[in-house]
Amino acid sequence: MRITAWLRSVSSKFFRGDVLAEEVSEELREHIALRADDLERQGLSRAEAERQARIEFGGVEKFREESHEALGGAWLETLLADIRYSLRVLRKSPGFVVAAVVTLAMAIAANAIVFGLMDGLILRPLNVPHGESLIGLPNGSDPGFESYANYKDLRDRNHSFVDLAAFSFAFVALDTGNDPAPANGFSVTGNYFDVLGIKPYLGRVIHASDERGQNSAPYVVLTWAYWHRRFHEDRGVVGRVVQINKRPFTIVGVTPPGFIGTLMFMSPDFFVPIVTPLSASTGDVQDVRTDQHGVFESFGHLKPGITQAQAESDCSNVAAYLAKTYPKEFSQRTPVVLGRVGLTAFAGGVKAFIGGLMLLAVLILLGACANLGSLFAARASDRSREVALRLALGSSRKRILRQLFTEAVLVSLAGGVVGLALSVVLLRRISAWHPIPAVPIQIPVAPDAKIYIVALALALVSGFLFALVPVRQILRSHPYEIVKAGPGLRVSRRVSLRDALLVVQVAICGVLVTASLVAVRGLMRSLHGDFGFEPRDTAMVSVDLAQAGYSGAEIPAMQKRLIHAMEGIPGVQNVGLVNNYPPLVYTGADQQPIFRENAGDLTPLHAAMSPFAYGISPGYLEAARTSLLAGRDFTWQDGKDAPAVAIANVSFAEKMFGSVNGALGRYFKLKDGTRVQVTGVMEDGKYLTLTEEHEPAIFVPFAQSPMAAAWLVLRSQRDPVWLAAAIRAEIRKVDLGLPSEVRSWNELLQPILFPARMATLALGVMGLMGAMLSITGIFGMAAYSVSRRLRELGIRMALGAQRREVLRAALGRAVRLLAIGSAAGLALGVLASHVLASIVYQATPRDPLVLTGVVLTMGLLGLVATWIPAQRALSIDPLILLHEE
Amino acid sequence: MGEQAQLLPGTLDLLILKSVSLGPLHGYGVLLRIAQISGQALLVEQGALYPALFRLVRQGLLHARWGTSDNNRRAKFYELTAAGRERLEEETQGWNRLAEAIGAALAARPEEV
Repeated sequence: MRITAWLRSVSSKFFRGDVLAEEVSEELREHIALRADDLERQGLSRAEAERQARIEFGGVEKFREESHEALGGAWLETLLADIRYSLRVLRKSPGFVVAAVVTLAMAIAANAIVFGLMDGLILRPLNVPHGESLIGLPNGSDPGFESYANYKDLRDRNHSFVDLAAFSFAFVALDTGNDPAPANGFSVTGNYFDVLGIKPYLGRVIHASDERGQNSAPYVVLTWAYWHRRFHEDRGVVGRVVQINKRPFTIVGVTPPGFIGTLMFMSPDFFVPIVTPLSASTGDVQDVRTDQHGVFESFGHLKPGITQAQAESDCSNVAAYLAKTYPKEFSQRTPVVLGRVGLTAFAGGVKAFIGGLMLLAVLILLGACANLGSLFAARASDRSREVALRLALGSSRKRILRQLFTEAVLVSLAGGVVGLALSVVLLRRISAWHPIPAVPIQIPVAPDAKIYIVALALALVSGFLFALVPVRQILRSHPYEIVKAGPGLRVSRRVSLRDALLVVQVAICGVLVTASLVAVRGLMRSLHGDFGFEPRDTAMVSVDLAQAGYSGAEIPAMQKRLIHAMEGIPGVQNVGLVNNYPPLVYTGADQQPIFRENAGDLTPLHAAMSPFAYGISPGYLEAARTSLLAGRDFTWQDGKDAPAVAIANVSFAEKMFGSVNGALGRYFKLKDGTRVQVTGVMEDGKYLTLTEEHEPAIFVPFAQSPMAAAWLVLRSQRDPVWLAAAIRAEIRKVDLGLPSEVRSWNELLQPILFPARMATLALGVMGLMGAMLSITGIFGMAAYSVSRRLRELGIRMALGAQRREVLRAALGRAVRLLAIGSAAGLALGVLASHVLASIVYQATPRDPLVLTGVVLTMGLLGLVATWIPAQRALSIDPLILLHEE
Repeated sequence: MGEQAQLLPGTLDLLILKSVSLGPLHGYGVLLRIAQISGQALLVEQGALYPALFRLVRQGLLHARWGTSDNNRRAKFYELTAAGRERLEEETQGWNRLAEAIGAALAARPEEV
């Protein structure tokens, strides 16, 4: 009723505005005419009557306007008028508009992208039904439950989960009949898909009922992406038999598109049941309670009403029970901590990194606002005469401010739209990016509606923020003084808001520059770190003999054949072999508990330490260029039946036996009771992460601890492409059906370096943005101050001032502010860099190189920014200037 | 014909509603009608009528449509809506109560306090 009438009124005003205005005028005219008629009837002449009627009516124009306003929606009209006016004004200074829009677009893009990262990685749950309540044991948090047998006990004995599923990795060779190709998938428990609530896209998925003991479920479920890529969306795949590691599996179905399993960063190709062995050498996986690689993670939904804390203590109880029942095999030492499924062990690092980025992005936005604020303030004081005139003509200050705000919001919305477009494009690119070609890693950050809202909200807020800067100035301006004073500038020595803003900008830039330099320095250090091996000039060959059906004693024999085959390639200097994964590759380092020579109780709690353990061939040390400091390398005599020997690294020798020389010839025990003698000591190195500190490690002959999956290490100066082809040819000669991959060690180090690289890239970009903002800010202030004081500077020069004095007068203020801001920024940056040190390896903020770098950078920035204004100040010709006045 | 009385602020709307309730009118007619029913005691400033009329239309108390006046001139006629009728009722009662109360207060004699 009221609302509809109001709406009708406003909308008719909006759409038929002109017609309505005409109608109002007509109505008032008719009124006057009617009155004139009456007066005429009373005896006046027509002209007299009309004049009288008009006088009686009052101010027609005034009432017309009031009537028009009374129709409602006046604010809409003034808004439109403001917008039209602002557009006209902005069109007159395109340079300012472009600078402002670009600055704001960059800042908003930075914020939108970081928000997109946060949304995609942290806020958004896994892409499964009820993903936000999916909870599990993150990998690495408690090695006890990563064996399949222990998982089963946890599944059956817990009271908190509706059902507990688990998965592990399956890196295999999949042969569709044409040729075997590497494929990466998950091996999953029978209830995996049911716990997740995933329905098949084609065919069916695996269920718990399929698990009927060993070898009972030779089924494979394809992911949609793999079905699309390898099988070309052939709908007849269901029922087809493929060879996985030379064993037959039947394809039973395809999962829906968009489902990428339970790891956020990796999209698997297929799913196989965990109970179906993928190689002949893998024993009955269900029995090996100590095998810590049976299960990567287990997860499920909590029963309704159970809190996470209750679930954690429940799982800890199960752990305690297992520790009591199987003391030799179960070594759960810490209480169980549950976490959201998807990010696994990376969750903490990712959150910290994105948190840091978000802080920096907000800083950049504030810097941009400060920048634009001072630009706006400068413009406002330029327009002080116009404002004074408008005030004198009767405009209210509120009206003027409203128009200024409209201008600011228009500019900021333009910046927001451009920034949003930029961020959407970049986020899509990041989503489709495969940072490391060999590993199916991806970053799922596709933009959704939240990004749009955030970007536009930020734009509006920024607009308001920097429109606030000239407000005080306008509110206090007195028209009379301004018009009288003319274009001269009142130079005040007090600190103004714009000065403060500039200092803030420069400080923010200082922080960003410091942070980037710290990160870059840290990255450089980590790239040239002491790995304990030489990753250049290497060719690493991954050979998993299980994929070709080998088992048992065949394995070491075949590995020896492969080593000799590699030695035969011309140009190859050294060849070695290392089991499982080489150091620093794919975080595949194994730890084994070892005991003192005379230890009786070989339970995990009594272990002396848990060094990294590797099985290597003779020649590995030379191939990896790891120095042997004492004792001897392995020979081919150190075989399966020879006495157990080991080469330790310096850390192990010192920790276990006190010194390098003291370790030679001494013994220690493995957990199965074998006495092992130390026959050599090698240099220290890094095995699992770049940030570890001198961890102990032992190396045993590969024949004494055989494994089907191993890497051959070749050292050669030959062209890598040629070498790779030669290697593959040699391997095919040995066994035609053996798939292999050739990479250089540097390539394999990429995943380890990836986080540090990303951090440095992001910080570098932010530092660059901060620098650009500062340059524009300082340039703006310097140019403005010079242009305002041209007259004064001209007079100084005419009176004989030296170049240096002129420069000091013109730029002194700007340079002083730059110095203050830089100092503040540097100090803050050093403080903030402690946060950085957790992400970027070896990021020591008090590195003198970094400090000098920051000072130099800020100085350079100042120089660049004030160059043009300085030139302008120096080239003043006093005569010309004074003439112009 | 009594003396001219001052129009209290806020009562113009009430008078307009009352005049229109007696039959649809154009702006000039409302003016005449107010003068007529108040016994020529209330004379409204002519131009000030229109913002009030438009406001009442916006509030949904009056409905306007174009038509022809007696003199064959084009004019906009206003009539009461249902909401307007309600409002008129309310305001009239309120006004009467107020008038009564003030009248009673003003008629107080020294003996009654």
